[in-house]
Amino acid sequence: MMHREAIPRVVVKLLIPFLLLYALYVQFHGELGPGGGFQAGVIVATAVILYGLIFGLAEAKRIVPPRLIEVLVPLGVVIYAGVGFAGLLAGGNYLDYFVLDPDPVHGQERGIFWVEVGVLVTVSSTMTAIYYAFSGRGR
Amino acid sequence: MIDALIYGALILLLIATAIGMARTRSLFAVVALGGIYSFLMALALLVLDAVDVSMTEASVGAGISTVLLLGTLYLTRLHETLPIRLSPAPLAMSVITGLALLYGVVHLPPFGDPSTPMHRHVAPRYLEDVVRETGVPNAVTAVLASYRGYDTLGETTVIFTAGIGVLLLLRRRRRQPSDGKDKAGR
Amino acid sequence: MSGLPNPLHWLHAAVVVLMVIGLYVVVARGNLIKKLVGLGVFQTSVYLLYIAPGKVFGGSAPIIAEGITVYSNPLPHVLILTAIVVGIATLALGLALVVRIHEEYGTIEEDEILDRDGPA
Repeated sequence: MMHREAIPRVVVKLLIPFLLLYALYVQFHGELGPGGGFQAGVIVATAVILYGLIFGLAEAKRIVPPRLIEVLVPLGVVIYAGVGFAGLLAGGNYLDYFVLDPDPVHGQERGIFWVEVGVLVTVSSTMTAIYYAFSGRGR
Repeated sequence: MIDALIYGALILLLIATAIGMARTRSLFAVVALGGIYSFLMALALLVLDAVDVSMTEASVGAGISTVLLLGTLYLTRLHETLPIRLSPAPLAMSVITGLALLYGVVHLPPFGDPSTPMHRHVAPRYLEDVVRETGVPNAVTAVLASYRGYDTLGETTVIFTAGIGVLLLLRRRRRQPSDGKDKAGR
Repeated sequence: MSGLPNPLHWLHAAVVVLMVIGLYVVVARGNLIKKLVGLGVFQTSVYLLYIAPGKVFGGSAPIIAEGITVYSNPLPHVLILTAIVVGIATLALGLALVVRIHEEYGTIEEDEILDRDGPA
């Protein structure tokens, strides 16, 4: 006596870890191949939306609470602007990366990494917040 | 030759999908055709060597856009109520704009030629120096995050603003007709 | 212009055709959701218009690798990445407005909304 929606539930529960892993792969390999913060952020949001579609909005809100999303949306912009200020504090102009490390190439890599993390955080949390807003409206 | 066939096939499919979107009255069909259109556009961008852009267009255009449009359809209605008729004045205006654009577009430099002005100014400098200066082989990511980092800061702020705007518009539950004040909360 | 059919001129003509279709849908149709989708068609045709001149025959994607000397131009890709993300921000806000309009007016057809508002 199988529940009618057993197949989507099982398949989605198997798929979501791979989706998140792929999002992390796209994020960190954005420097070596196509990818980067935007694509990875959208894939993370897609994982949350898929979970919300199959298991219900309340279940998705239990796992990724809206308060956390409200904190994360501006946090990405703060990280990005913070990297700029770190460049100021280290002696260069705003958003200079080469002063972040004694070796300028390493400083560039470090700056690019943190900037992409900021973009990932903002994009994923904004797409999730928009989905929560639309589907929580009700009719 | 094969390239020309691929371009031609993609162009025909894109135009057919766009005309289908303009002529159908069922909004659900419009959203589904929009997803197909985004995937075809991602293919066309891939054939033109824009791999980052193709990935972004596929995930954003065919993924998030479709989800948001379907959510809106759920909250509003599924069909366009007025019949489809060809309005002459907007059609004339669009065609005149198209002809003006064609006139401007015909004078662009030839396709695929590496000696056009756009390939000789800043782009060779970026392509030659990107690994030496930033250590990142993906030129698009390096230009986006390092050489043109301010623009990306502005873009992140735009996404943030869109999120804030949607939250402001859709946050409260809708005003119930039974009581006079609307309920705050999620 | 050379004698044999050059793919770029097809591509440019196709981009202009797509722009015309998108523009017509935005101006002529009254349904708000269809207007937004038409705007999306217009925007994606502009992306194609930007990226097509960046392609170099015999080049590869602008990811530096051993043994490849000719690359396509990376600058249009950067600009269009920003444009795509701004496009979806616009779409999300537009759809939120459509939802609120439907709740207030009960319809998403432009003519009916203007009738209900009456002469301004």
